Amino acid sequence: MTLALIPLLPLLGALIPSLFRSRNLNALSAGAIAGISMLLLLLQAPAVFNGEMPLASWSWIPAIGLNFAFRVSGFGFMFAFLILGIGLLIVLYARFYISADDPMGRFYSYLLLFMGSMLGIVLSENIMLLMMFWELTSISSFLLIGFWSYRTDAREGARQALVITGGGGLAMIAGFLLLGHIVGSFELTTILAAKEIIHAHHLYPITLILILLGAFTKSAQFPFQFWLPHAMAAPTPVSAYLHSATMVKAGVFLLALLFPVLSGSSLWFYIVTPVGLITFMFAAYMAMFKDDLKGLLAYSTVSHLGLITLLLGLGSPLAAFTAVFHILNHATFKAGLFMLAGIIDHETGTRDMKRLSGLWKYMPITGTLTMIGSASMAGVPLFNGFLSKEMFLAETLEPNLFGAFSWIVPLGATLAAIFAVAYSIRMVHDVFFKEPFTNLPKKPHEPPHGMRLPAEILMTLCVLVGLFPMTLAAPMVNMAAGSILGAATPDYHIAIWHGLNMALAMSVIALAGGAVFYLQRLRLFDSHRWCMRYCDGKATFEALIRGLVQGGRTLTGLMENGSLQRYIALLVGAVFVLGASPFFGSSVPFIGPLAMSSVDPVTLIMGLVLIVCTVATVVNHRNRILSIIMLGSVGLIVSLSFIRFSAPDLALTQISVEVVTIILLMMALHLLPRTTPVESSSVRRGRDIGLSVLAGGGAAALMLAVLSRPYDTIAGYFLENSKPGGGGTNVVNVILVDFRGFDTLGEITVLVIAGLVIYAMLHNFELTAPGIDALGRPWVQDRFPMILAQITRPLMPLALLFAAYIFLRGHNEPGGGFIAGLIVASVLILQYISSGIVWTRPRLTVDNHIIMAWGLVIAVLTGVGSWVIGYPFLTTSFTYLTWPLVGKFEVASAIAFDLGVFLAVVGSVMLILVKLGSMNSKDAEIVSASVQKAKEKKEGAH
Amino acid sequence: MELLFSICLGVMIACGVYLMLRGRTFPVILGLTLLGYAVNMFLFVSGRLHTNLPAVISPERAQYADPLPQALVLTAIVIGFAMVAFVVVLALRASGELGSDHVDGRKENES
Repeated sequence: MTLALIPLLPLLGALIPSLFRSRNLNALSAGAIAGISMLLLLLQAPAVFNGEMPLASWSWIPAIGLNFAFRVSGFGFMFAFLILGIGLLIVLYARFYISADDPMGRFYSYLLLFMGSMLGIVLSENIMLLMMFWELTSISSFLLIGFWSYRTDAREGARQALVITGGGGLAMIAGFLLLGHIVGSFELTTILAAKEIIHAHHLYPITLILILLGAFTKSAQFPFQFWLPHAMAAPTPVSAYLHSATMVKAGVFLLALLFPVLSGSSLWFYIVTPVGLITFMFAAYMAMFKDDLKGLLAYSTVSHLGLITLLLGLGSPLAAFTAVFHILNHATFKAGLFMLAGIIDHETGTRDMKRLSGLWKYMPITGTLTMIGSASMAGVPLFNGFLSKEMFLAETLEPNLFGAFSWIVPLGATLAAIFAVAYSIRMVHDVFFKEPFTNLPKKPHEPPHGMRLPAEILMTLCVLVGLFPMTLAAPMVNMAAGSILGAATPDYHIAIWHGLNMALAMSVIALAGGAVFYLQRLRLFDSHRWCMRYCDGKATFEALIRGLVQGGRTLTGLMENGSLQRYIALLVGAVFVLGASPFFGSSVPFIGPLAMSSVDPVTLIMGLVLIVCTVATVVNHRNRILSIIMLGSVGLIVSLSFIRFSAPDLALTQISVEVVTIILLMMALHLLPRTTPVESSSVRRGRDIGLSVLAGGGAAALMLAVLSRPYDTIAGYFLENSKPGGGGTNVVNVILVDFRGFDTLGEITVLVIAGLVIYAMLHNFELTAPGIDALGRPWVQDRFPMILAQITRPLMPLALLFAAYIFLRGHNEPGGGFIAGLIVASVLILQYISSGIVWTRPRLTVDNHIIMAWGLVIAVLTGVGSWVIGYPFLTTSFTYLTWPLVGKFEVASAIAFDLGVFLAVVGSVMLILVKLGSMNSKDAEIVSASVQKAKEKKEGAH
Repeated sequence: MELLFSICLGVMIACGVYLMLRGRTFPVILGLTLLGYAVNMFLFVSGRLHTNLPAVISPERAQYADPLPQALVLTAIVIGFAMVAFVVVLALRASGELGSDHVDGRKENES
């Protein structure tokens, strides 16, 4: 558990620094959390240095092979140590760097979020888990780069970094999934033992390329290098931490981690080596000409990452060993240099090397530290950078790398080393020496000691490791490399002096060449201007993004022009194409083998009437009243057809829904225009007719194809178990309240939500109905016909009794809660229609909301009741009681559920119709008042 | 019988789609209702056309109409009503807010 806490603690504690207002508490809490993680990590040290690998694993989602599993390998330990060690220094540094105007708590929260995610990457045992942490680092990097979100460059840089690393992350997910597929496990231990299986698999090349894409984007390798220099818009602690020491190393970490299983093929060599070499040279070249201190360091970082990639590409164990060593060295000196660049920026107000000069007099300590870091970066002997660079140069001389072109690698390496020396000299000489400065925003002075301390620690380490590599660095590097390479670990002695050899000669050439290069820099500055303009990927990136957005907008504009008519046309067309396409080129006959049954005359006539009414609805759709009548007829014939084809329940439901639907449409019509103007062009109408005929023809053909085929149903189960299991003989009702009770619960919930939404939409909404009809005649004034009112009042108790009957018999005979609910709703609405809202409202005081809500509550409680007696949700229990007079009587819990359905239906239907009707009524009253007034005026005139 | 039924269904679908493609809200509502009928019929008849089969279980009968599509369609009818009601209210609200009953909220004088 303590192992899992190492990454989890910073993640879980990420919010804590935001809780404090005091800046010291912000920093302290962040430092404490990182410190505890560090202690937990050090607890693992004895085991790890012993060659063991502590593991902690919990099953998370076993179905997809995702385990919550962590491991501390030697390499992981070294990385975690780097992350936490430099992290602690950054926490201290940022306390002084982040100004009082910035939200420091938020900064530390992001920082901890990043720290935890990065630790997760290096300590994950499961690669799916690793992937999650990987994406988290992209996100936290995005947040940190964009920390000063009011700055355009920060926002652009953050977006660019997220797109590039996130895009690479997507490729990597695919690569990991393939890797897991090949090996059959997502556990690193299993994967690392499966080199032969992976190499032999036909998916190996694509897996490798996808994973490399992820690693290269993260580690800013060519051609994805450009995001890193733009990420320098972040506050300097972030650049020092994420964009030099840790996050950008995640890519090379992954390469090194999977080195044992992925490397060793020519594909690996021919991709990784050239990418590393090009990045190494190109970025070193670019770094020379950057006037911005951080820009210089950023390109230098890219270059060093290229160096590490190149080493891993070479593929020999010693090269991998050197890569590990260089990761450590680079993190030390580059994080320190970034901090120093931040100090210079902080104390002078600029980091433009054209303006900075002669700072030595004012900042001697900072100057000394910068010199140490730069010397290490350039590879000057006695500093740690020299050691790994020397080993690297020796590795490039390995013969037969590229056959006849073997000289390319050492030549390129030497050239890049020359550039590195040149930019290192520039960083020291331009900033601290040359002529005295003339226009600096602030008068420079040494920073507070707390701000300098982290850089002092790191630079001291650079010197000490440079002087005593065997004591200080070798154990860690041996352990880390050992955990990657296993038995193949070279028995290597890190030393300052390896005798007079080729590598030393290359180092000397680099140092001398670099000095010459620096002296000639002014001439070079002119000749490289074109490069600065074209080699920055940002312009290309922005152009690409712009193109994508433009393309997307054009496509959206075509598909989604804001017209419902176009959407529906596209939808219908697409459904037709999708539905019809499988039938083309299929050898199966479209019409199935079953013979058709004969048609009886009544059915034929009803079918024809249906067709006539349907077509009449369309033909008369400009005369809206007429089209409603036609539509109502269609609905009635549909109910009849349900009876005709043995579905009495459906017929009952349809006919009662029909009543409320027509009432609803009439109400709507009162408020809407009564006619539809002719506005479509004949071309448009022709298109629509064509589409409709296609859709109708397609549906008819599909129906015929279905009906002419034999079929198999799962209904047998329901028929058999309806009586013994559900206690009812009406199978449809038993399915509704018992077998599929959960569906029904969902459906009445939808109904209730629809009721509420409609109520909300009409609440406080006024729509004035026209006071005259289409022909300009005012509405008649005796609004409530007396005969209708007198008939509907006695009808009501009868209808309620009938509804109760339908409801109670529902379980065994056609009927049930839905139908009873609709009948009650219809008869109540009838009272409103015949007597008006003014008369009915005071007599029907129950709030429809309450009825509806109780319906849902009762339905849910019935379901929960089954839990209480130990059954799954919504299981029906029933028993038989014998009552006097009534006789044997069945009591099923399903009837309570059906009661819930009944109430929900009554409540929501009433809610909808009464709300709509009360809008009408208000308008009608206004209208009648105005008509009255007009009449009086007329009479007055007489 | 199957052919007659299919033709009726096709006509309903075609008319429903045509109305849905109109420019004013009211025909669209009519079309939606019509389409609702047709879809319910389609689902219902996927349990095949049965004549004179009992709806409830009784000891004398061995064959029954398929109850499953019926149960599904029963709730679909009620939900269909809720949906039509919702669209109606949407149309009312839109005509109130936009001053036009065109589906795209187009004003009368615009083309």
